[in-house]
Amino acid sequence: MKNKYRITILGVTIIIIFILFLSVLNSNKVYQPSQMLGKKIPEFVLDNLFNKNLKLNSKNLSEKEFAVLNIWASWCIPCRIEHPFLMDLKNKYQIEIIGINYKDDDNNAKEFLKKYSNPFSSIGIDKNGEAAIQLGAFGVPETYVLKNGKIIFKHIGPINADVVIKIIELRGK
Amino acid sequence: MKKLFFVIIFFYSFTIAFAANEDLKNKIYKNIRCIVCQGQSIHDSNSDFAIDLKNLISKKIDSGESEKQIYDFLISRYGQWIVFNPGININSFALWLLPLIIFGAGGFLVFRLNNKKK
Repeated sequence: MKNKYRITILGVTIIIIFILFLSVLNSNKVYQPSQMLGKKIPEFVLDNLFNKNLKLNSKNLSEKEFAVLNIWASWCIPCRIEHPFLMDLKNKYQIEIIGINYKDDDNNAKEFLKKYSNPFSSIGIDKNGEAAIQLGAFGVPETYVLKNGKIIFKHIGPINADVVIKIIELRGK
Repeated sequence: MKKLFFVIIFFYSFTIAFAANEDLKNKIYKNIRCIVCQGQSIHDSNSDFAIDLKNLISKKIDSGESEKQIYDFLISRYGQWIVFNPGININSFALWLLPLIIFGAGGFLVFRLNNKKK
């Protein structure tokens, strides 16, 4: 009787450990920091791409009711892939998109926008990547949804049709 | 002679302060994980992200921020995962405590078996 009890406990323990290992194996291995979700947009002030006298101040962004913040660069291939979706957000759904041009050459960035058209209402230049670090980003492209100054959604990598739907849903909430 | 003495003292203290800052920077770089090249510290990595972080940390140290302030900032942006040695917190509590529990339970078992044999 005692042996049977011990075998059962051992069996259950092995099964629990097996399930734990299996769940870890199936989980997403790519680390996606989400620390900034639900927090206020951090402070940064960036030069404007088209007019150095104008600044992109995160304080102004926090006053917006709803906006999308997109980190991009002309040298980034996935940014080209997501560009039509950003244009959709702007033209089809009238969502304001603010750009952060990440470690880019100003002329190349302007050429990029000339070629693919400009979805951004304002673009700040992040030459040394500090604004991206403030936002908890680690590459391009990354997209943040801001609602009343708070980051409510973050997407790492190029946005797609599903992300566009998600952003529209978030605006409606 | 006095002037020379002060100049030497000045340069000596400057060198010591600079070396201390460099040591602290390297210590922090070695404890910060490069998220782009997972498994490496930013000290060993030359990725864009690692270089940006190193520049920012260096700037923060030069402006007088403490080691704790820098870790707090990075954890607030990237989570506990960014540091290789996260210390004891709610998430890692079991990890720190489990070996002690297993050690205690093992000791208790050995003690009981020994007593039984006697």
